[in-house]
Amino acid sequence: MNDGGALMSSQAWINLAYLASSMLFIVAFKLLSSPRTAVRGNFLGAAGMALAIGAALFEPPVREAVALRGAWPVVLLFLCGGAGAAVGAAMAVRYPMTGMPQMVALLNGFGGAASAFVAAAELWNKPVSARLVEASGDATPAAALALRDLVPWTQFGIATALAGLIGAVTFWGSLVAFGKLEELPRFKKPWTAPARHWINLGLAAATLLLVAGVCTYPGSFLLFILLIISGSCLGITLTLPIGGADMPVVICLLNSYSGLAAAAAGFVIDNSVLVIAGSLVGASGLILTAIMCKAMNRSLVGVLFGGLGTTAAVSGDDIYAGKIKSAGAEEIAMVLEGADRVVIVPGYGLAVAQAQHAVRELADVLQARGTTVEYAIHPVAGRMPGHMNVLLAEADIPYDKLREMDDINPTFPETDVAIVIGANDVVNPAARTDPTSPIAGMPILDVDKARTVVVVKRSLSPGFAGIPNPLFAADNTLMYFADGKKAILDLTAAMQKR
Amino acid sequence: MSFAFLPGLLAAVASPEDPAAKFIRLLTVFLLAMWVGFEVITKVPQRLHTPLTSGSNAISGITAVGALVAAGGVTAAGFGFGNLLGLVAVVFAMINVAGGFIVTYRMLQMFNPKKK
Repeated sequence: MNDGGALMSSQAWINLAYLASSMLFIVAFKLLSSPRTAVRGNFLGAAGMALAIGAALFEPPVREAVALRGAWPVVLLFLCGGAGAAVGAAMAVRYPMTGMPQMVALLNGFGGAASAFVAAAELWNKPVSARLVEASGDATPAAALALRDLVPWTQFGIATALAGLIGAVTFWGSLVAFGKLEELPRFKKPWTAPARHWINLGLAAATLLLVAGVCTYPGSFLLFILLIISGSCLGITLTLPIGGADMPVVICLLNSYSGLAAAAAGFVIDNSVLVIAGSLVGASGLILTAIMCKAMNRSLVGVLFGGLGTTAAVSGDDIYAGKIKSAGAEEIAMVLEGADRVVIVPGYGLAVAQAQHAVRELADVLQARGTTVEYAIHPVAGRMPGHMNVLLAEADIPYDKLREMDDINPTFPETDVAIVIGANDVVNPAARTDPTSPIAGMPILDVDKARTVVVVKRSLSPGFAGIPNPLFAADNTLMYFADGKKAILDLTAAMQKR
Repeated sequence: MSFAFLPGLLAAVASPEDPAAKFIRLLTVFLLAMWVGFEVITKVPQRLHTPLTSGSNAISGITAVGALVAAGGVTAAGFGFGNLLGLVAVVFAMINVAGGFIVTYRMLQMFNPKKK
């Protein structure tokens, strides 16, 4: 085992490889901050992962197994690893680009589950080793460590409980998120039964008790299984009530959880690369969660447990009565004809209607006539952080045309036409003007300051916040009632005829 | 400059560590890495948030390392249920790793003007 006289033991070389891959992960995150270097960042991340996985194959347990049984344990590892990688690669290559949010949710769930399984495997193996020591009386260092870990409230017990719990919550939460994003019929409506708070409270209490149980009796596999079951239920019941517009927050949070689960698994097996990579991912998910919550002016607690529908819903009828001006493709084409500067505001509805290519064609026609076209991206538009950017990039819209909220808001007064496609709450001026509104204070895109606002929408139904939007009744607003994609195609055709 | 102290230092590092000391060492690593993460990731612009989410998701597959260790160790008792759990972890973690990096690559290709 020990290389004796050598300056560095083989364990030191393995640790050095882990250190190098940790550094690669940090550099990978750093390079992800610019579109020019992001591809390289992704490659470095993959290289770091390959290095860490390669080094793991030289860890003492694996080498001992090879010494005892020959090559087959490693062959088995390669077969399983290869099978997993092949499934993952096939999923990633085949899934359409438009389904990226649910794809990321699903992959994330597998990562969380893997951490829970690592904890389970360690928890199963430790008592086995410990029993072997007691039976034979000869204490190898590994077995002695196993005995030491099985007393109450050790790092091993606490970390195992946390890795199992967070992993289970991540897996089931991600599956529910996948179902919602994939729009499976069962998940269409958020679960809003008032009893859910009591169910969640009960589950949370049971889960906490079980965490304490596993920490106190780390040798009990039964307690661990019960903890996994209650964590799984909690993952489902916490995610089910969350509505579609809050999906970006959920994706970020689950992403953060899968990192924290990996870090906890690192504490289980005393491995620093798991702790480092896991906490980097945990930090990244937490930051994105905070950004998403801030962009909606809501607290994380509010997103997770609140639901916005609790305030008395104001009826839209008084606000809209007699003030809505509806227009068709021809009329709007006429307005666009005289425009020098057009800003397109895409939202959740654009993603649903898959209208990004149609939008690009409209922009092409406008630009061919000498009109400046830009895109205003609200931080929470879409179903995952930065979703609109990827969606519009897919339609070959250059990323320098995509402007962030703070950047483009001052330019709306000089904008001739703002076209809002499938966005509602993020352009609701009530957030700015009405302090009693449920979305008061939420940062919005100031489209109402543009000379003309065209809102493409199926009907006057309220957005996720369930409140009417005074923008629709404004003097400078034209409502274009149609499906997003068809509306834009008709508008493009009308423009081409001119 | 002599490196005579190195063997002694390495011996000290290799000697069994007091559990509490070990926990605090890992906790130090955890908190410092969190800090580095916060510093690096706050600088990622909004337009790259989707690739960041999926790239960090791929990196959370690092748990594959733990899975290999858990699955590969065959004790004197032979191949047991613990190894089976470890192998399931290997499969799941590798789905996460391979899928995550490839999805991120595909997303980033969307930002590449010469993609078609």
